[in-house]
Amino acid sequence: MSTKIIHAFYTDDDVLLSAVKQVREKRYHIEEVFTPFPVHGLEKAMGIADTRLAINAFLYGIVGLCVATAMMNYIMIEDWPQDIGGKPSFSYLENMPAFVPIMFELTVFFAAHLMVITFYMRSRLWPFKKAENPDVRTTDDHFLMEVDTHGADIDEATKFLYDTGAVEIKLIDKEEH
Amino acid sequence: MYKVTSKLKIVAFALMIFGAVLTAVGFWQMPGSEEEVKEMLATEAAAHGGGHGAVEDNHSSAVDDHAVSGHATTSDHHSEGHATSHEDEHAEHVYHQLSNKPWAAVYVAAFFFFMIGLGTLAFHAVQKAAQAGWSPVLFRVMEGISSYILPGGIIMFVLLLLSGFHINHLFVWMEEGIDVVGHENYDAIVAGKVGYLNVPFWLFRAGAFLVGWNLYRWNIRKFGLKQDEAKDGDIAWYKKGFKHSAMFLVFFIVTESIMSWDWIMSFDPHWFSTLFGWYVFASMFVSGITTIALITIFLKSKGYLEFVNDSHIHDLAKFMFGVSIFWTYLWFSQFMLIWYSNIPEEVTYFVTRIEDYNILFFGMVAINFLFPLLILMNSDFKRVNWFVVTAGLFIILGHYLDIYVMVMPATVGESWFIGFPEIGAFLFFAGLFILYVFNTISKAPLLAKGDPYLGESKHFHY
Repeated sequence: MSTKIIHAFYTDDDVLLSAVKQVREKRYHIEEVFTPFPVHGLEKAMGIADTRLAINAFLYGIVGLCVATAMMNYIMIEDWPQDIGGKPSFSYLENMPAFVPIMFELTVFFAAHLMVITFYMRSRLWPFKKAENPDVRTTDDHFLMEVDTHGADIDEATKFLYDTGAVEIKLIDKEEH
Repeated sequence: MYKVTSKLKIVAFALMIFGAVLTAVGFWQMPGSEEEVKEMLATEAAAHGGGHGAVEDNHSSAVDDHAVSGHATTSDHHSEGHATSHEDEHAEHVYHQLSNKPWAAVYVAAFFFFMIGLGTLAFHAVQKAAQAGWSPVLFRVMEGISSYILPGGIIMFVLLLLSGFHINHLFVWMEEGIDVVGHENYDAIVAGKVGYLNVPFWLFRAGAFLVGWNLYRWNIRKFGLKQDEAKDGDIAWYKKGFKHSAMFLVFFIVTESIMSWDWIMSFDPHWFSTLFGWYVFASMFVSGITTIALITIFLKSKGYLEFVNDSHIHDLAKFMFGVSIFWTYLWFSQFMLIWYSNIPEEVTYFVTRIEDYNILFFGMVAINFLFPLLILMNSDFKRVNWFVVTAGLFIILGHYLDIYVMVMPATVGESWFIGFPEIGAFLFFAGLFILYVFNTISKAPLLAKGDPYLGESKHFHY
């Protein structure tokens, strides 16, 4: 079954924001919005849930801290506790100040890199990925709202979107993925 | 306009009176003479007698064994003579520590609250010079807190004067004859520093810095009030305040650094650290910001700051979080560099702290680092007042202990105890601080309506 979706183009982020609010009030479903730059408050207007990337980063940081501690405890204290310049390698705690720079750096390293990789995976970004851009102008100066009317009257929907300030409207057959 | 309620006044006066009584008890408990200390030490030793007795028995049997070899009598005589002179020395040492105890307690508390005022003043100047768009709604709160540097500064100067006139023995480098070759107090290391560490120059520096800081504080308050009355579009007073703030920040960072050498580091005149000024600065900055947050939340809960929203609290909490970590960074940098190289003349500073102040020394690092880190990391928690207040109280307590651990080891050494004078002095200065700060806040409208960034600040949203 092929459904129709509507591409509505806007040229101003303020108009776009108010259009998003009106479309949601009308209970049309917004599939996606394409913008050339981050529009402040767009995710709130669209009702998108908050990101949990920060929580991820915190957990990755704890992993990094554990890796650093386990690594240095094994190497410096358990495996071969040499006397290096009189540093007390009898227990981890006794020699801890010397390990703190590495503990800190590995915490930051794990938190930062694993969070970035998580971001790439969750937003499906990688080299040679086919760009999913419906219209080239959306990377320059146009904003595009993709609306799925779910079988509502197309003419009425088109009229409504024009009234929200759209400068161009396209009706598209949704590709079957 | 805020009006100081009679309830607040009663609380403040109660704190002051109760604190003063406790402090007085601390001074009254001060031993009158070395003989008293000797008696005290004797009773303490007797109380511990049981445990030590057994050990001594073992020793005496060992001595009996040695007696056979014939030199027991001479060695006994020798050890007896040594023991009495050593006991005298020990009693003298403890006597000095115990007589320093209430003075040091007052000094720590007085400096701590003075430092909150000074840290707030520096934060205020940074906000003005950086033309921050979020903070103008908090300027009157900051002005209120920083006003404490006038009475607090006078008290600090009086305390320094008392030390300078040998009313107490807080600063060892002031001892009679410390730079006189052949004198029993002669100390070659301190004698080498006398060009800098001498009472007149030291008092002059303290006076000059206090005058400079108070001058800026007096001016910036005046400019702010004048700007309120200025015609629309006339921001001459604002511009003047901007210039003064920029100049003050240069003056401040130099004088603050020297102040930390003079008022804190010179308790240990054999020791020096190059980042000490920054370390003290971080401590005062974070305490100042925390106090701004606490007083803002208090005033807002009473309904006086309707233009302050949770984004302002969020920003203050971010500063508390960030500067707490900055403080920890400096603490660790100072500690780790000295621990790592382990050079005897530097490391004694930390040896005394780890041996005699173990719980306090590491406990205050945990309080000042872990609590703010874990409580204030979450973005949502930074908007919840009681989270910010909890973290704030930990930070205030932690930085009081920070100053305590800076001052006490050099003045009372292992005879430290958080008792009447410490708690009393803290409460007394807390009461004075509350009274003076809220009195100043009640003197002017809480909204600095002339500030050109006020509109932005009122609608600040994060």
